[in-house]
This record gives sequence, C-alpha cells and structure tokens, in this order.
Amino acid sequence: MSLVNFTTREITCKIVYYGPGRSGKTTNLHYVYGRVPESRRGRMVSLATQTDRTLFFDFLPIDLGQISGFATRFQLYTVPGQVYYNATRRLVLQGADGVVFVGDSQARQLDENLESLQNLQSNLLEHGIDIRTVPVVMQYNKQDLPRELILTPAELDDALNFRSVPSFPADALHGQGVFETLKSISELVLKRLAAGSTA
Amino acid sequence: MTSTLNPKFTFETFVVGAANRLAVTAGRTVAENPGSAYNPLFIYSGSGLGKTHLLMAIGHSAKQLAPQLNIEYLTLDEYVEAFHAAIAAGQGDAFRRRFQNVDALLVDDVQFLTNRKEMQAELLRLTEALQQAGHQIVLTSDRPPSEIADLDERLISRFSGGLVVDMGIPDYETRVAILRRKAEERGARFQPGVLETAAGIDFPNVRELMGALNRLVAYQAVNDSPINAEAARKVLGVADATAASPTAVSSTAAAGTPGPDEFSQFLTDVTVTVGKAVEAWRARVAEAVLRWEGEGYRTGRLEKLLDHDNPSAVDEAIASYIHDVERLKALEAEVGALDPQAAGDKVFRDPDRMAEAEAEAAKVRDGAAPPPAPSGAFPLDSYAGGASNDVALSAARAVIEAPGKKYNPLVLAGHSGLGKTHLLNAIGLELMKKKGAVVACLSTQAFVDELIAAIDGDRVDWWRARYRRATALLLDDIHLLAGKDRTQEELFNLFNQFLDGERQLVFTAPAHPNKLEGLEERIVSRLEGGLVAEIGDPDRAVRRTALERIFSQQKMTPDPALLDYLADRPTDSVRSLTGLVQRVSEAAAAQDQPVTAGLAREVLEGQPPAGGGGRRTTGLRTSGLVVSSAGGVRSREKMVWDWPSAADRVIEDLR
Repeated sequence: MSLVNFTTREITCKIVYYGPGRSGKTTNLHYVYGRVPESRRGRMVSLATQTDRTLFFDFLPIDLGQISGFATRFQLYTVPGQVYYNATRRLVLQGADGVVFVGDSQARQLDENLESLQNLQSNLLEHGIDIRTVPVVMQYNKQDLPRELILTPAELDDALNFRSVPSFPADALHGQGVFETLKSISELVLKRLAAGSTA
Repeated sequence: MTSTLNPKFTFETFVVGAANRLAVTAGRTVAENPGSAYNPLFIYSGSGLGKTHLLMAIGHSAKQLAPQLNIEYLTLDEYVEAFHAAIAAGQGDAFRRRFQNVDALLVDDVQFLTNRKEMQAELLRLTEALQQAGHQIVLTSDRPPSEIADLDERLISRFSGGLVVDMGIPDYETRVAILRRKAEERGARFQPGVLETAAGIDFPNVRELMGALNRLVAYQAVNDSPINAEAARKVLGVADATAASPTAVSSTAAAGTPGPDEFSQFLTDVTVTVGKAVEAWRARVAEAVLRWEGEGYRTGRLEKLLDHDNPSAVDEAIASYIHDVERLKALEAEVGALDPQAAGDKVFRDPDRMAEAEAEAAKVRDGAAPPPAPSGAFPLDSYAGGASNDVALSAARAVIEAPGKKYNPLVLAGHSGLGKTHLLNAIGLELMKKKGAVVACLSTQAFVDELIAAIDGDRVDWWRARYRRATALLLDDIHLLAGKDRTQEELFNLFNQFLDGERQLVFTAPAHPNKLEGLEERIVSRLEGGLVAEIGDPDRAVRRTALERIFSQQKMTPDPALLDYLADRPTDSVRSLTGLVQRVSEAAAAQDQPVTAGLAREVLEGQPPAGGGGRRTTGLRTSGLVVSSAGGVRSREKMVWDWPSAADRVIEDLR
C-alpha cells in the first residue's frame, strides 16, 4: 500500500499491534481511543462474527489532520492473539507499515511471547516481507504486576529483543507507555519515508 | 442505483420496545395502507437504533401485502447520485418520471440534505408530486426535520405535515430481548445471566450492543466452554468500560498517568517527524502547489517535479515558478486596468504559457492608448479672471486642489467664446500634474465619434476600459450629447463609476444643464448634482487681461491707452477680442503706423480705413468683428451680430 500519496496529499499509516493472546493489544487501543478527541477518531470497531470466526480484530482510525499539507491518518489494528487465528493475523498484517509487538511481561508467558514473535516473522515472510525491513517496536506490558510474577524490561530485552528495536515497559490498562510506544512506531514508520520508500 | 431491501430487515426481526413502539406502529400502518395513513412518514433516531431496519421492514411488508406495488428504497446519497447521473446523461425528465411512478418511496439518511439546495428543490418537487398522486413517502434521518441544518422551510413543513416519530435508546428489557433474538439467530446459546449482563451496560445504540454480543459469541467460541455471567462481565466490563463510558476513561486518567494532553503531544511529535520525513523538498513543492492552486494558478509544472524521485534544483524551479506567477499577476493587473474582460483570460493563470500571456498583454497594451489628454495650449496662468467668471475660476481651483472631493461634477456653463474650453483644459492640465493622474479631456463630439468607432470595431469594452482608468474626465460641449442615446448611456455608467470612485468630472455647456435639450433626465440631474458655475460676459478686468495676452501672443506691446480703449469696449465674448486686436493691428500694418488708441478708435469707430472693408452697416451695431485671416473666428455661430441695447448692457454690467 502506498504510505504517502503525493497526488492526493495523504499519508496513511497502518500500524498493527501484534502479540500473544491477552497481552494487552486491545487495551492499548482502548487507551489511545480514550485519549483521542472525538473529532479525530473514527468509530473503534471490534469485529467478531459467528459465521467467520477467523475474522476478529480491533480497528481504530485516527485522523491527525493536515500535517505539512498532508491529510494524515493512522489506522491502528490489533490481531487476534489466540494461536488458531493465524489466517486473520496474516490478513491484518497485510500492508502494515509498522508493527508494535505487545509482549506479556509475566514470566510464565515468555514462551508465548517467543512463539508469537516467530509467528510474526513467518507471517510477514508469507507476505514476502523480511521482518528486518519493517519498523517494529516492542512493548513489555503488564509491568504493573507484582515484581515476582514478571520479568524486568532488561530481561525481556535479552529474551525477545534480539534485533535491538526500541522497547518500552508499559502498563496499558493505565496508559503507561502506550503513547510512548505509538510515538516511537510512528516515527520509525514516517522516517522510512525519508529513505525514499514510498511504496 | 436503488438498493435492494435486506431480507433480514423485516418487522418479524424488529424488536419492539417502549422506545420505538410508536414508530413501528406507524410503520406497520403505512405498510398496510401506503399513501393514505401518514404521508410522509418521517422517522428519526440516533445512529444504530434501527431506522434502516424499520424502513426496509415497511418496504417488505408493503410488498408482501400488495406484490404489485412499485417500491423504491434508497439512501439519500444514492438518490443524489442517481440524480446527478441522470442530469449528466441529459435524462433529468426520465429520472423524475421514474420516481413519480413509484408507489412507495423509502429514503434513508435524509440528514445529508444539508447544503444541497438543488437536491432539496428536487426532493420538494418529488414529494409534492408523490403526495398529490397519493403515493407513500417514508424518510429517515438522525435528527428531526427542523434540526437538519440549512433545510428548506417548505421541506420542513412538508415533512412535518405527515407524521414525525422518533425512536429512542431501547430500555433494559428491550435490550435483553434484542440480545436473545440475535443470539438465537446466530445459534449461540448462553448461560443465564450472560445476556442480561451485556444488556445492563449502557450502550448508546443497538449497534454497539451487537458488538458486545459479538464479543461474547467470540469469547465463548474461543474458550470452548460456556461463558458465565461473571466471565461475561469481565469480557465486556474490562474492554467496554474504557471504550464506551467516559467515567472509566477519567478514572484511568486519575490513576496517576500522564495527563489528557498525551494526544496533542503525540500530534506535535508526529508533525515534526512528518515535516522531516516527507522529504523536505517534497513538502516545499507540495506547499507551493497547494498555495498557488489555491490562488487559482495552474501548477502542472510543480506537480511534474513530484513525479521525479530526486529532481535537481527544486528550489530554483519553485523560485522560477513564483517569479512567473508574479509576472502573470503584474500582467493581469495591467491588462485588467485596460480591459477587464481580457484580464479574465486563463492564459494569465498558467505559468507554463508565459509567452502567450506576454503576447496577450502586449496586444491589450497596444490597443489601449491613453484617453485624449487636455491641450497644452490652455494653461491656467493665461486664463483671464474677473468678476464675471469668479465663481467658475474659484471652483476650478477647488477642483484642482481636491479633485473629486468638492465639486463633482463641475459644469462650466456660459455661451460661446467665454473661455470655457480654456478653463476646462486648464483644469485638465493642472490635474495631470498629480501623481498617477490619467486625465481624459476631449470634446463631446470626439467622445461620441470614438464610441461609434468602438462599436464599429467591436471594441466597446476596450473603449470603456480606456475611460475607466482615467482619474478625471473632462468633456467639452456636453450639449452635443443631445439625441445620442447610446453615448448618454455610456456616459451615465462612467458618471456613476467616477462619482463612486471620487474621480473628478468637469463639463462645459452653453447654458445651465436644465436648459439643455435632448439630454436624458438622469444625466441632467447628475450634472446639476455638482456645481454649475455660470460664466458671464467678460467684464473689463477680464477683457483687459485677455487683451494683454493677445497682444503679447502677437509680440506687440500696446500702450496703456490702447489697452484701456479696447478694454472699455463692451463685448460678450473673449474670443471676439482676438478679432478686434487682429483688425486693429492689420489696419496699422496697412497704414504702416504703430498701433495706438487713436488708430484703434479710427478703425473701430471712425471712418473705415481705405480697403478696411465697409462691412459696417449703420443702425446695426456689431462688435466690429469680421472674419479675419488669422482664423480667430471660425464660424458664423461664434460671431455676434446683435448687440443688446445700451440700457440692457448697463444693467448687465451692474449685476
């Protein structure tokens, strides 16, 4: 998808929140939704249908208005975290300009995190995209849980962030780290434009 | 164009509660008796409360009861689209016929009529036609007719003339019923209390209620074990509390997290990043495109730059574009002053056609010679002033001092030969000394002739423009306009423009404007609206000054006695003095004598000198003026044949 359209003067960023089930992706979106003025946000859509179980994701469009003469829009998506919704995940990933990997900080969820990360990589490959070329940031959610249950951001960095992308500790429920993460991914995505990559 | 009715949206699937009972009953009635019960029926409610469902249910039900009925359902957008397509295809009438033949017209989302005047008119026409034919109209909107911004009063009254019903947010019981029915439709079974939990949440509309149901269905499917009320509360409570209720949001904000300005901050950051990221040059080009496009210039040249990945010398290209645009602006302004019509040419809006623009401007420039200027032969200094023309002269000075402000128009009235033309030109010359002044000064005859030539050459606009740019218009002998209707018309327009723009108008006329014949009343009244300065017969002071001027022009130095003698001779025009001097000086030349008072007396009163011409007839006093070779008197008209009697003259002088 075209990120920057010079003819219509539009910038559209599709950002996908990826991660294992119950890691807090939707919570991230809800927090953003609550912070965006009503005029700027579209309806937050949470889709789930009985007839097509694979179609299950959250969608939040945000209109940032005119920036440098460009109508700028962000589209935030979450993928279903559950393992067997992979087809949906792949679908949602299609055309993503950036990915936020929302990891669960709980120690016992580490394996799920790793599995989801691998799943992200393979799904991107399915679309013919090398994960190293896509802007990705990590968010270590649930840092508000008791110390004994969770890993520290440093430990999680060691375990998950082997590509050394920007990472943020977060407490999505209360908003800690949510906008930092969004800001970081937005910057990465938008900076790719400077490299002349408009496709 | 017309949408088909969704088969799911019937009365059977519509859950009726207290909030929508009236609307549904009205809908059923209309479906059973289209055109006769409530016409039009106007249903409004917030988003997601079942307007479309009800509208389609009416359609289904009516069709079911009377299959032969022609029923059209469409959204206003579709209606507008169909209308535009029909107009574009030249099928406007067919379009109207098509809709006038439906038995029931169901239009969804009419709130989009805002700011669509032509559609409102069209819909009004259609509503009237359908109502007259007894056909049913049902409309839905998200607000009542009176609150649809900018809606035609007639439409409001028409809509309100039938039945306007609203549908509210369903109450708890209705919500439970809706959830039960929907769950059933999907074949989903929930433990007792689950749906009630969902129904307990205050959703603003049914659509979001459906979202909650969807979530429950999804969670139940994921967990493979029946979800219970508590789990349902968790599923919906956690997620939906933040989304739907503002109190939940404020409670999270109160929990010591960063303030509500996170979004603005984010926006600022993104703006900075975008500014840097959208490669600076692209942003600059895009800005230039936006700006000049906004001003109405073609930006093809700049847009081409954007097609390149890395064009060289972007700033130079923009600069040269701006330079060209500035030049175009200058050209357009220049041309606009000369010929307003030519200025509208789109060639002045396309920097890619500079050469054409220059050529066009040159063409206009060539065509637009400045209007005729006053003659340099009549300086103000040489104008002889005296009691007889005191008013005119001081008015002239006032006009010169503050053109357009004090006496506008100034009409110099007086009979021929009193120096009106001189004064007119003198005013013109003085006005021309002002900065940026364009003084048009010409005889009315020339003015008329120019207009005729312009009409002949199909250049009337150009001719008008030529005078419109003048800062002062001075017309000699305005009475010559008599009977020239077209010129009077043009002058009238010019007149108004000059008055509006506080630009000076000066006219000369042989008499007070209200005594002139053949002038339209509107011109006369405008002439009288300024100052009419009448110039009387020259008094002695004027005569003497004029004589001095005449002699000096002929390089003669008369002795004072001669001047006094000549100045004492009454005359009714300054011009005749020229003839007088001519005659005396010719006689002097013939007799080879200096010009003296004695000679003059001899020439003018005594026995005519030999060969002097015996033109004088006794008993009839004339000014002694004869047609001279110097051309001082050009026409018979300018000659004075009859003197007033002495008694009259004395009175005249005393006045």
